[in-house]
Amino acid sequence: MIPIDNFLVLSAILFSLGMYGVLARRNAVLILMSVELMLQAVVINFVAFAVYLNPETFTGIIFGIFVIVIAAAEVGLALAIILRLFRNRQISNVDEADLLKW
Amino acid sequence: MTYEEAIFYVIAAITVAGGLGVVTARNVIHSALFLILALLGVAAVYVLLASEFLAIVQVLVYGGAVTILILFAMMLTRVRDIAGPIDGPQRPIAALAATVFLGTTVLAVTQTEWRGDTGEATVVSIDQIGEVLFTTWAMPFEIASLVLMVALVSAIVLARGEEGE
Repeated sequence: MIPIDNFLVLSAILFSLGMYGVLARRNAVLILMSVELMLQAVVINFVAFAVYLNPETFTGIIFGIFVIVIAAAEVGLALAIILRLFRNRQISNVDEADLLKW
Repeated sequence: MTYEEAIFYVIAAITVAGGLGVVTARNVIHSALFLILALLGVAAVYVLLASEFLAIVQVLVYGGAVTILILFAMMLTRVRDIAGPIDGPQRPIAALAATVFLGTTVLAVTQTEWRGDTGEATVVSIDQIGEVLFTTWAMPFEIASLVLMVALVSAIVLARGEEGE
């Protein structure tokens, strides 16, 4: 019998950690990892709401599955872009990728 | 405190420790390993939420594929050799923003009376998930597979580079 609040607070903590990582880190790969943390927090929220508040239709679980699918696609694409950036300009820090800022 | 809650607190502590490690580790490889810990912790949270299917998917997709992909990208971009601080100068502001967000969200969660709260996690079987995934959610399911294929092809095209490079 775990109250739903426990899961929501855990998810809030994970989301804040990810948010800190996204804002503070300089390296693109580390930022991507923090984004993954945030996505995980969101999925925990979806699933908690589904199994506690709406177990008849459990839309949240389906949403969780789709979030994981899109996250996997996103990681693949983002890493390809980071790789490309490194190969063309030898950088992998987002604050150095300022080609559009003349 | 029931034993279920005790298990939850242990798993939550492991997950949060992993998350903290991801955002504070000085060594990027340690950061990636902490990410694996956090993701497996989240998989355990799914088990506590009575969603075994998501837990299995989590271990397969995140524990396996995503972390390995991230470690590969770290090796290929030689993250460790890059000079300069690992965090930007905006770090204090980031910490402030994250703390404020955490405070607001926790306050909102504890103050809200959840409508229709059953008080415990209702088990949703894999059969049920499979059934609605291929009936009610069949269209989004097909679109998701299309998205995966497009992402796969474009990732290969992007990472491969031009001919003769």
